[in-house]
Formats: sequence, C-alpha cells, structure tokens
Amino acid sequence: MSHVPSTYAGVTDVVAVLVLLTEFAMLRAPFLRSQVRLYQFQSLVVTALAVFVAASRHIDELYVLAALSFALKVVLVPRLVLRLLRDADVDLAGSSVLGVTSMILIAIGVSAFGVLVVGSLRVRSAALPASALAIATAVVLVAFVLIILRADVVSQAIGFFSLENGVSVASLVLAAGLPLVVGVAFLFDLLVAVVVFGVIMRVHHGRAQTLSTSDLDRLKG
Amino acid sequence: MSSLLIAIVVLPFVVAVVTYVAPVAVSRILTVVSGVLTCGLSLALIPTAAAHTQVTSGSVLRADALSVVFLVATTFLYAATAIFSCGYLRPGSGEAERRYGRRFYAGLNLFCWSMAAVPLVNGLALLWVAIEITTVISVLLVAIDDTDGATEAAWKYVLIASLGLGIALLATIVMYYAGTTVFGSSYDLSYMKLLAGAHHFPPGVVRLAFVLAVLGFGTKMGLVPVHTWLPDAHSEAPTPVSALLSGSLLAVSFYAILRYFQIAVRTLGPVFPRNVLLIFGIASLLLAALYLLSQRDLKRLLAYSSVEHMGILTIGMSFGAPIAIVGVLLHVLAHAAAKGTAFFGAGSVVRKFATKDLSKIRGGIGALPWSGPMLVAAVLALSAMPPFGIFRSEFLIVSGGLSDPRDTVAAVLVILVTISFFGLSWFTTQTMLTPDVAATGGGPLEATRPAKGEVSAWIVVSMALGLVALVILGVHLPSQLSHLLDRAAAELGVPR
Repeated sequence: MSHVPSTYAGVTDVVAVLVLLTEFAMLRAPFLRSQVRLYQFQSLVVTALAVFVAASRHIDELYVLAALSFALKVVLVPRLVLRLLRDADVDLAGSSVLGVTSMILIAIGVSAFGVLVVGSLRVRSAALPASALAIATAVVLVAFVLIILRADVVSQAIGFFSLENGVSVASLVLAAGLPLVVGVAFLFDLLVAVVVFGVIMRVHHGRAQTLSTSDLDRLKG
Repeated sequence: MSSLLIAIVVLPFVVAVVTYVAPVAVSRILTVVSGVLTCGLSLALIPTAAAHTQVTSGSVLRADALSVVFLVATTFLYAATAIFSCGYLRPGSGEAERRYGRRFYAGLNLFCWSMAAVPLVNGLALLWVAIEITTVISVLLVAIDDTDGATEAAWKYVLIASLGLGIALLATIVMYYAGTTVFGSSYDLSYMKLLAGAHHFPPGVVRLAFVLAVLGFGTKMGLVPVHTWLPDAHSEAPTPVSALLSGSLLAVSFYAILRYFQIAVRTLGPVFPRNVLLIFGIASLLLAALYLLSQRDLKRLLAYSSVEHMGILTIGMSFGAPIAIVGVLLHVLAHAAAKGTAFFGAGSVVRKFATKDLSKIRGGIGALPWSGPMLVAAVLALSAMPPFGIFRSEFLIVSGGLSDPRDTVAAVLVILVTISFFGLSWFTTQTMLTPDVAATGGGPLEATRPAKGEVSAWIVVSMALGLVALVILGVHLPSQLSHLLDRAAAELGVPR
C-alpha cells in the first residue's frame, strides 16, 4: 500500500494491536488475579476505541454503548470474577499443558495465520482501516489458544470474555452503524452469559474444591 | 395472524414465571397446557405460511414457511416433553424436591420459550440473541441435577457453546458489514432486506460470514469437529432436557445456518455454500456412525445418533435437488418426534433399571410392557424404517442426491447411515429384546432385576404421541403440511 493511512485508520489499528498484546500478556500471566486485571485493561482499551469511533465518525449511539460496555466489562465482570477468586482462596494459576514459551510461540503462529487468512480475503473499502479486522481475528484465535492450553475455569472464562473483546473490536471497525438496540442486546446477552459462567464456576468449585479443570475427564467416548 | 406470533412468544414466558412461584402440582399441569396450546397455535400458522405469505408482527416478529417448519418441530416437542415430565419427575414433599421442581419447570418453559422465539424473530442480529438465550438457559438445565457428571458436562457445554456463539457473533457482524455496501452504514438486519440486497453484496465478505456462521452455529448444532459438548450434555442432563436439546435445540441452530445459507446462495451461487455444508456433513455422519458402534451408555448412544442426523441434514442441504431440500425439512420434523420418543423411552428405562450402562440393561421389553416396545419402535424409526417419517425424509434426500451429478455422495450417505443403523439396532436388541437370564449368567444382576410394570402412564402417553406423529409423517403427509414443506424448500432454493 502506497498511501499514508488516515489518523482514524492509524488509531484503530494501534488500538487493535494493543488488544492483541494484552491477549498475549494473559497467556503468560502466572496469577489468576493478574489475568483478571489484564482483561479489565483490555476492556478499557476497547471502550476507549468505542469513544474514539463515536467521536471521529459522529455516531452518538456509540457513546451509550461505550458507557454500557465500561460498566459491564471494566467494572462488573472483573469484580464478579475477583470475588469468586477471593471466596475460592486460590490465586496461582494451575499448571498449564505447555510452558509459557511454547504457548507464546503457538499464539504467534495462530495470530500470523489469522492475519494472513483475513488479509487474503481483501475485505477492503475506503471507510475501513486496513488491518484492524485481521488483528481482531488474531485476538479471537489467541483467545482460543488461551482456553485450550490453560487448565482452570477462571482462565477459560476470561478467555471467552476476551474473545468477546476481540469481536467487539471487529464490530466497532466493521459495523459501527449497528443499531443501538442490537448493540445493547449483544451486551445484555454477554451479561447473562457471564452470570451463567459464574454460577457454573461456583458449582464446580463447590463440588471439586478446586478451580482446576484437570479432573474434568470423566465423560468421554 | 400476527396476534398468533405474539401469543406463541408470550405464553411460555408467562407460564415460566408462574411455574417458578407455583407449587409443582400446579406447574406440571400448567406446563402441559402451555405446551399443547403453543403447539396448537403453531399448527394454526401452517395454512397461512403455506400460502406464500409471511406473517409479521411489528418489525421484530416474522414467520414464513421456513420458520413455521422449525416452529412446529419445537413446539410439538414442547408439548410432548411437558407430558413426559409429569411422569419423569417424582412428586416429593421435601423442601429439596420442591425447589428442584420449581427450578426445573421454570427452566423448561423458558427453554422452550427461547427455542420457539428463534424461528420467529426477524433478522440475523435477533437470531443470534435468541440462540444465545437458548444456550444460557439450557446450560443451567444441564447442571440442574448437581452431580459431578452434570457439572462437568455443563462446564464443557457453556464454554464450547459460548465460543461457538462468539464465532457466530463475528459472522453476524461480518454479514452486517457486507450489507453496509448496499444499504449504507446503518440499517437493521431483517431477512427481507438482506435477501433483497444479497445479489450485490461483496462475495469475499459473504464467504467469510457464511463459513463463520456454519462453524459458530454448527457448534450448537453438533457438527463434527465442534460437537464435543453434545454427548456429555445430552447424557448428563435430565431426560426431558435431553429430548429438547436433541430434537429442538439442534434443529433451531440448523435453522440459523439455513438463514445464512439463503443469503449466501444469492451472493455466491450454490456451489460454495453447498460444499461447505457437505464437508461438515460427511465428517459428522462418519464420526457418529463409528461412535455408535462402540457406545456403553444409553443416552450417549442417542446423542451420537443426533450427531448422525445433523450430518444427514447438512448433507441433504448440499444436494441441489429441490426434492432433497423438502426431505431435509421433513427430516427436521420427523427427527424431533423420533428423538423425543427415543429419549422418553430411554428415560423410562433409566428410571426402571437405575443405570444408563448398556451392558447392565437386559430384558427391557419384559420389564416395560408399553414403553419398551415403543422405544424399539422409536429406534427403528431413527434408523429410517418404514412406515415412520424418517424413512420418507431420508428417501427424499437420497433420491435428491442420486439426481445430483455427485451421486457418489448419496452412496456414501447410504453406507454411513447403514453403519449407524447397525450400531443403534445392535444395542437396542441387546438391551430390550435379550432376556436378562442369558446375559447375566447368574451374575449380580439377577438380584437387581426390576419388577414388571410401567414407570408412569404419562411417559407412555408422551411416547405414543411421538409415534403417532411419526406414522402420520411417514404414511400420509397432510396436504397443508406438504404445501408448507414445498414452499419452505422454494424459499431455500437458488433463485432464478
């Protein structure tokens, strides 16, 4: 590409990269508490992106969505998970299947794959930042790596929540004009899902006295 | 007509709220009434939907022939499951039983409410929202028994299904983006609008959206390789919930894929969407057929049979012939009835023998004089024996496949279905027809041999209902229903 990217494209791409880097940081976070904090930071970055898109493209509805997503993803969800951690009195993440180095290498591999595949589809238009969608896809894929390789319920749940952050970035870039009702419905559904995750995590902890998922291997075949 | 739509969406919700506070004795009757009424209301929609018209109510609710097919499948199973639950749930007077009963009935009604809403909402965004609601409610219902197995199954289910729906949300957003090239940056994702503009969408974007949608909603539908939550959830959930998961939930997820299919064939032509479905379909059918041969758990056996049938549906859609698409839609209805009945029978057997282990259940027909033979009939129906509905639907699918240039796929389909038939009928014959004396050889089973007699008359009634529906679908399709299927197949077909 020969042309200089606009400020809008530049900022969205930088924010998308920031979200991806946070996702990588989650992979190597040794404490569950720090993982929740990283998710909180990531959500804050996504909220900031929403405000930026609202301001630069003059979509007032996005401010409402940004406020809601701040309340939900930066305040409420981390607080719920942190309370579970306090009640469970666990902080060190259980041993994951692979070492940190291998996890990071795998994550680099899959994110490169995501960027290349989406890049090859040539989803492009004047209004669209060149690489934000590709990076958002990489975030989703790294979230999958996190969920697959970490063996405790908190990391897996946070993995899902951060996957949703990746989808949010894609949504802000691709579908900024999405009607407000739809955006609110999506967020509301996320809230309900979070509550259900919380219920099942508590039930699991109540039965197994651990947050680890390594003993969840009875059902197979 | 639009008031019918509102009634279908409101009634189960109200009943869910009432059953949460009412005593269980009242709840079970209320649920049956609600199920039968909702089913009646959906049947009343058939003539209108078959006569080429869509029914709308405001901008939120909409029903056309395709939606009504799935609505009928869902609400029929709602009614049958409500009746079955009366016999399945043991009435108890303790505080724990009362709490369980309240939660169970409120959850059951909410679950059916959300599944009935899926085919009725107008637009891809609301479709995603409705399917996400079915997930969160059914997760709680899977976990409701509070055993180690139920907790494990619920965790796997909530995690894998949520990831799938995360992908499906991405699909929704990418499809929204495809629409912005035609409708401008802000519009609603209603079906009529998308279908009207689909010819002008950018193909690369729609291709991405369709693959993401098949992968995402396919997770909830139980397509291989993203089916892994399914056997666990189906086997650990209470039996009425298993029946609904298998007969309705998988079907409404398939409905979501079909909505994306409708748009994709308009933008991309038929080849690409069909090939995507073909790959997932063959993988599902193959894996399910192999797993069916090596099952030890009665409910897991039926769960893998669901994966098999979802594979048949997707393969059927990959055939171009309209007759195959009619077969697919009929298969949705017949599978709901057959799988519901089979799970009801399994529930009866599990109650009677107090185990799901196939090697410990012997002489089922002797112990259960009514539900035993009906379970055998339901399994035969699942294996596509005449005179049941699945025989007719698979016949239509295969004949559509044989008229396709790629008729080897039809041959593969027939072979894999035959393997599945072998697995299903082998275990059923062993557990139901083999007398238990021969199987045990004087082992410890002798002492635990259950007495002859039914668990509950309600169970027998619910199973009879399913079998009658299957015979009607197989022997003589009512003309209105037949028109409905033709119309829905035309909606799904490639526009000329």
